[in-house]
Amino acid sequence: MNEILQILSENARATPAEIAALLGRTEEDVAREIKELEDSGVIRKYITIIDWEKASEGYVYAVIELKVALQRSTGYDSVAERIARFSEVQSVRLISGDHDLSVTVRGKSMRDVAFFVAEKIAPLEGVQSTCTHFILKSYKEHGVILTDKPKPKRLVITA
Amino acid sequence: MTILREVPAWNAEAHLSRTVRDLPPSGIRRFFDLVNEMDEAISLGVGEPDFVTPWHVREACIYSLESGYTSYTSNKGMPELREAIADFTKEQLGLDYDPGDQILVTTGVSEAVDLAFRATLNPGDEVIVPEPCYVAYVPDIILAGGVPRQVSTRIDDGFRVTPESILPAITEKTKALVLSYPNNPTGAIMTRSDLEDIADLVVEHDLLVISDEVYGMLTYSGTHASFAQLDGMGERTIILNGLSKSHAMTGWRIGYALGDPRIIGAMTKIHQYTMLCAPIMSQMAAIEALLHGEEEMLKMKHEYNLRRRLFVSGLNRIGMPCIEPQGAFYAFPSIIDTGLSSEAFAERLLREQKVAVVPGNVFGQSGEGFLRCSYATSREELIEALDRIETFLGRL
Repeated sequence: MNEILQILSENARATPAEIAALLGRTEEDVAREIKELEDSGVIRKYITIIDWEKASEGYVYAVIELKVALQRSTGYDSVAERIARFSEVQSVRLISGDHDLSVTVRGKSMRDVAFFVAEKIAPLEGVQSTCTHFILKSYKEHGVILTDKPKPKRLVITA
Repeated sequence: MTILREVPAWNAEAHLSRTVRDLPPSGIRRFFDLVNEMDEAISLGVGEPDFVTPWHVREACIYSLESGYTSYTSNKGMPELREAIADFTKEQLGLDYDPGDQILVTTGVSEAVDLAFRATLNPGDEVIVPEPCYVAYVPDIILAGGVPRQVSTRIDDGFRVTPESILPAITEKTKALVLSYPNNPTGAIMTRSDLEDIADLVVEHDLLVISDEVYGMLTYSGTHASFAQLDGMGERTIILNGLSKSHAMTGWRIGYALGDPRIIGAMTKIHQYTMLCAPIMSQMAAIEALLHGEEEMLKMKHEYNLRRRLFVSGLNRIGMPCIEPQGAFYAFPSIIDTGLSSEAFAERLLREQKVAVVPGNVFGQSGEGFLRCSYATSREELIEALDRIETFLGRL
């Protein structure tokens, strides 16, 4: 795995100088490679993982499972891309199994989310059925455990 | 009815073994007390991983407890664990050890070190101990009735053992040579050809080699080599290893010894009368770690390697000359230019900048003029520690 991507995937704020020190490379060299990764679209965006519950700005999240009628020429893409454009929608994924698309929606309240699904998603051409699962508590997001207790301390000096 | 008797003042000292009473106190102890008093100190003094044991290993242990594995095991260790150790050793070193009579599971590598000396030394037998090194070899040799012969390794040799360094220490009574590479505290490794250089001397004087390879999996540049891999040297080498460092399992106390069946048999004899067996729950965890722990092990090694580059280049940048440590998780910078002793430097650095390091002389006389800094701590702390050390140097 590309070592720069690995470092940035854990800490988007790592500077080229810091990454260079970790990898034993020059800062210029690392900066150039990051630029290339950004330009080619491998790196899409630098985001922050926030525990919204802790920030007491509670959002409501729901996973919506959709059954979709296949379009003749575009398959799932056209309906998936339409859904993806709504700013309420956090992720859209084509999945295997009982349903076709898995969509994560964020809203201010359950009512908000429910109305969004009923008014914007369900009526879309090609959407056959929706099933809304509200997220009650999040334990791990983007590889980060949100409920972790502090790590026990080691002895300060050992041989 | 109470019987009154004349009781002279109790003198516990008089009841102690002379050998134990006369053992030199651990230099690390005093420093530990000092650091413990300081709140908020950044500690680069810890000789263990900062990672918690990978969850799949902890989970396997919990499951074994739920299933009722709480009994003694075979003295030598559970057969499944010895099999797993044999396979792991074959994979890592290309060496074959028979799980039946060439592998002993111990309660940490520390026990294996103790057993190796006790099983092989007669009173007065001498053991060559290259320093700087881990603090337990010398006392363990003394406790086993042997005589430690410390020899210095030098920074100019990359802290490796050379024929020239050990030859003067060899006498008719020399029984064994201790090798501990990758080395705590210097981070030095010995390559296969470095080991070849001393093999003739070992054969000529018919020495046993006690090879502590607990940091073997943590070798970053070059390949870890064991003396046992050299042609014809397997039978005279006792390999001591364990999962503490490689799998972040210090608290589980699982180590092992590999070697000639008669030597392993002798070590097992002591083990069965003293320890009986390593704890079964730890053995169950160790099986999981050896069978399925490679990915997590490599992940931790990768993180150490990132920190190693960050920290060692940082030390050199701020004026703490440091050779590239190729293994373990220690940097061993020189402070000779400051004119301070290792202890004075470490104590002042702690008091003035709240950074704890271990004075090099704790690991033997030849460690004087150096500091052991563990980079088994978070990147943020390493960067902060470098800043503080730089400030400290600027004010000297």
